Amino acid sequence: MSLDYIRAGTTEDAIAALIRGGDDAKVVAGGTALVLMLQEGFIAPRYLVDIGRIAALGGIRDVGDAVIIGATTTLWQVMTSPLVGRRLPVLVGALGRVATVRIRSVATLGGNLAHGDPRLDPAAVLLALDASVRLAGPDGERWLGLEELFVDELTTAIGPAELVVEIRIPYPDPSSRLTYRKLVGQTMDDYGVVNVAARLDVDDGRCRDARLVLGAVAATPIRVPAAEAVLRGAGIGPAVIAQAAELAREAADPVGDLRGSAGYKCDMVVVEVRRALTELASGPGGPATPAGRWSDS
Amino acid sequence: MGCVQTYKRVHNGPRMTVHPNNRSAAPGSVSSRLDVHFELNGSPVDLTVEASDVVCDVLRDQLDLTGTKFGCRIGVCGLCTVLLDGMPASSCLLLAPMLEGRRLTTIEGLGSDGRLDPVQAAFAEEQGFQCGICTPGQILAARALLAHEPDPDEPRIRDWMTGNLCRCTGYASIVRSIRSAANRLAESGGPERSA
Ligand SMILES: Cc1cc2nc3c(=O)[nH]c(=O)nc-3n(C[C@H](O)[C@H](O)[C@H](O)COP(=O)(O)OP(=O)(O)OC[C@H]3O[C@@H](n4cnc5c(N)ncnc54)[C@H](O)[C@@H]3O)c2cc1C
Ligand code: FES
Ligand code: FES
Repeated sequence: MSLDYIRAGTTEDAIAALIRGGDDAKVVAGGTALVLMLQEGFIAPRYLVDIGRIAALGGIRDVGDAVIIGATTTLWQVMTSPLVGRRLPVLVGALGRVATVRIRSVATLGGNLAHGDPRLDPAAVLLALDASVRLAGPDGERWLGLEELFVDELTTAIGPAELVVEIRIPYPDPSSRLTYRKLVGQTMDDYGVVNVAARLDVDDGRCRDARLVLGAVAATPIRVPAAEAVLRGAGIGPAVIAQAAELAREAADPVGDLRGSAGYKCDMVVVEVRRALTELASGPGGPATPAGRWSDS
Repeated sequence: MGCVQTYKRVHNGPRMTVHPNNRSAAPGSVSSRLDVHFELNGSPVDLTVEASDVVCDVLRDQLDLTGTKFGCRIGVCGLCTVLLDGMPASSCLLLAPMLEGRRLTTIEGLGSDGRLDPVQAAFAEEQGFQCGICTPGQILAARALLAHEPDPDEPRIRDWMTGNLCRCTGYASIVRSIRSAANRLAESGGPERSA
């Protein structure tokens, strides 16, 4: 079997190549996930369609109420963008927790979302930010919220000849408090044991709206609607936080692995949700990269 | 260390040394060849590669640049670190065709005959290495750090260098080397941003 490498010049070229290649074609963006799957024999495509050179898929732009990020923008470009730093510090913090500089400099935001791994840090925080993706394919374009995008482990709603074109992230309301927590058990660059993204929109000490997202403890990053419902309308104190944390435990369905048993992970869901909400109860929250922000000078 | 559970499944067996004019079609997985043009250590390179070749193999086997090491081949250890347009990247995860139009720096691109790059000199003076297998990657990662941030403190250094694993030094002397390199570069008028 041979492997053909196609460098697509435009989105249309890429879609045409994907249609031609059918099941045997794979998109490659940064390649950090794809090359691993290729090397390990998880996938054996006959055509690789490189979208890294398509100008229309790059860039970061302000559209007033949201930022739109081109699919092939690298995680490093996103986290060092002054606009993203100003409007979405929680995203900067989460991107700073992805693996190492070597991965962040090459991996793309579109590739991260398209990969569909439940442990991915950007995926969880973007779910809490109500982000959506624009897809382009043989039947035209459509927008999809991340909840619809993530279907199952390594499975997304992206069609076989569809591309993620861009990611839209609405700016959080000024009343929004956001945080992202990643619990690692071994080294800082490991995948999380439990990831928690939380958002509380707070008016006069009451929570108007909430998002609680768990990563790494189910087949996809998941929202916890039951916990969100408890938080909504409540004053955020220890009792409601404890209740939300228990509801999160019930929603989690982790698999035991070298990062811990399923039981341990469930316990850590409770602890991490409690920590996240306690942090938000006491203030606006903020980005936490271990060593502060980076800028791409 | 993402992906540890899949470590054993990674193909890391003996590989044939392949030369540009002497490629035998490996049975089972032949990928079509294609040309790639990029800048390597300041000089233009035209190369014919296979679609599935990864950059660390091309460097070592095809270009005889063995300063780039490899260990895990899954992006975790940092031995294969190169600079892609000035930023650290794991060359075990880069497909060679992805280099098209890009600027690649390997350890061979630092310093010149008889003259060490200031970061190399600092590693030598501060004993930033012992066995040395991680050193090309450490030095390139440090070079990129200092190009972005000429005067990093220790937490910044440790954050940036996370995942450039070293089994020998315990990292303290690596951090010291990078601080010393920052001072050397400041004295010599700042880092060359072209690395
Ligand atoms: C050592 C290591 C450690 C890691 N640690 C972390 C971590 O701690 N946290 C974390 O969040 N992630 C981690 N990752 C995962 C990393 O973030 C992803 O591999 C990366 O974001 C994928 O982006 P890419 O551009 O490299 O995608 P690629 O590898 O190019 O593609 C990934 C998948 O998405 C598809 N695809 C890519 N772009 C598109 C598109 N625009 N439209 C449709 N399909 C597309 C590809 O066909 C492929 O199936 C780690 C990866 C490695 C190798
Ligand atoms: S060989 Fe370990 S990161 Fe590439
Ligand atoms: S010097 Fe031996 S691994 Fe770093």
